[in-house]
Amino acid sequence: MSDTNSSTAAVLIPHINIPPITLRRRVVDRAMTGVAALTVVVVLVPLFAIFAYLVYKGIGSINVAFLTQTPKPVGEAGGGMANAIVGSMVILAIASLLGVPLGIGAGIFLSEYGRNRYGDIVRFVSDVLNGVPSIVIGIVAYGLVVLPQKHFSALAGGVALAIMMIPTIARTTEQMLLLVPQAIREAAYGLGVARWRTTLSITLRTATSGVITGVMLAFARVAGETAPLLFTAFGNQYWNWKTDQPTAALSLQIFTYAISPFDEWHRQAWAGALVLIVLIVAAVAAVRIAVKHGTLAGA
Amino acid sequence: MGVGITVEHLNAFYGKNQALFDVNITVLANHATALIGPSGCGKTTFIRCLNRLHETIPEARVEGKVNIGDLSVYNGTSATQLRRRVGMVFQKPNPFPTMSIYDNVAAGLKLNGFSNRKQLDEVVEKSLNNAALWDEVKDSLHKQSGAGLSGGQQQRLCIARALAVQPEVLLMDEPCSALDPISTGKIEELIFQLKEQYTIVIVTHNMQQAARVAEFTGFFLLGKMIEFGKTEKIFTNPSDKRTEDYVTGRFG
Repeated sequence: MSDTNSSTAAVLIPHINIPPITLRRRVVDRAMTGVAALTVVVVLVPLFAIFAYLVYKGIGSINVAFLTQTPKPVGEAGGGMANAIVGSMVILAIASLLGVPLGIGAGIFLSEYGRNRYGDIVRFVSDVLNGVPSIVIGIVAYGLVVLPQKHFSALAGGVALAIMMIPTIARTTEQMLLLVPQAIREAAYGLGVARWRTTLSITLRTATSGVITGVMLAFARVAGETAPLLFTAFGNQYWNWKTDQPTAALSLQIFTYAISPFDEWHRQAWAGALVLIVLIVAAVAAVRIAVKHGTLAGA
Repeated sequence: MGVGITVEHLNAFYGKNQALFDVNITVLANHATALIGPSGCGKTTFIRCLNRLHETIPEARVEGKVNIGDLSVYNGTSATQLRRRVGMVFQKPNPFPTMSIYDNVAAGLKLNGFSNRKQLDEVVEKSLNNAALWDEVKDSLHKQSGAGLSGGQQQRLCIARALAVQPEVLLMDEPCSALDPISTGKIEELIFQLKEQYTIVIVTHNMQQAARVAEFTGFFLLGKMIEFGKTEKIFTNPSDKRTEDYVTGRFG
């Protein structure tokens, strides 16, 4: 191709001495690599230490009764946290049902329609909401749900946790959608696909794995929350299957047992904490595997 | 069948910057028309005005009149309606990364609410055939992601995807710029065949390519259409000095 037919000679780049790789540079290189590896260890050690200590303290109290029975009155041996395990699942399911669609919706708005002043306001409010202490969010849910309903409920607990999930999900969804190249959206527009349809079926779908990471992050964070449940779900010593009644939650049960003066309850609190962590890990892993299963090779 | 395009007094802006100045052009149905010119002269902006992609950029706007067949592009036609009749192939291959080869080709129809499985199968096969890709991918239609193909295959996949919605006009924005000579040859051959059914507007930096595939050529410079006419005339006997300078390689 003869697009250019320039007659000016290329300007020579003056010769410069690139210094050889000295021993000092090699030492610094190794040292920095070592420091990076060390920070990974420093980050991971507490995680494994916590998990190992939980297993050590809690595994002894986990048995069939613990997983199938409700708490026994003080002084009686045995009993379990079955109602709290189920209660936690119910509250988290309500929180996810409310928080995930709202959070993803807000994230879509911020990324696709919120590149303006109004979007900046939403972004700012969302970041502030992310920093609001969880107990304050519990009070909000108390005012929003518990007072009108006139009693504590799983629904109130779910609402409190949903409010906590929304800002995290919204902001990660926004970031993940912004990573989708404009060319992908334009490809869909070029086929005559409407904008809303493009956003849902192309942009969001392309960003799915990132969005799910955000959802899981928010889920794992609220799964262990205690403060927002204190005066929303409230806790319950017995089975409860109604979402408008006080409901037991693992974190609440752990809290109650841990501050009690009884050794038996302390052991059960450890076991409850272990079960809680295992449940969170299992939930996150299950979603990850499900997503991986649904994606194509080479994508 | 393809339809003709008439453009009258088209001006395009990016915010305060004007990118196109009073462009007038008539594109004949079922012919290929090439647009040439140095980088940044407005060729891409021009074809993005034809399917109203230009206005999806924040602050961008268009003035003037464009008619595609019986559609008045900037007067009462919805952008989505228009784009179903005006397909586009982009400079860089942009298959939908999460979709299989099949879904990529079927995307335009599926996302517009078409769901007859049998007819979809047929359209996908025909489109891939027309894009000269069928033989290479027929065994991995559902297994492989569109993004897993080679660059040349991806571009042909994007052409198949555009053909599947059965447009009347096909806009191609430097479709071969990222491809090797063999893939380029295949796509040029394809353009030759597609002319029978579609009106093609192709932006290219490669003047030999323009000469090979297009009956008409327009030369753009600094946002203005300098000259438009039969390809043969533009390359052998241009009436404007600037066109002559460009096609003979004296600048650009």
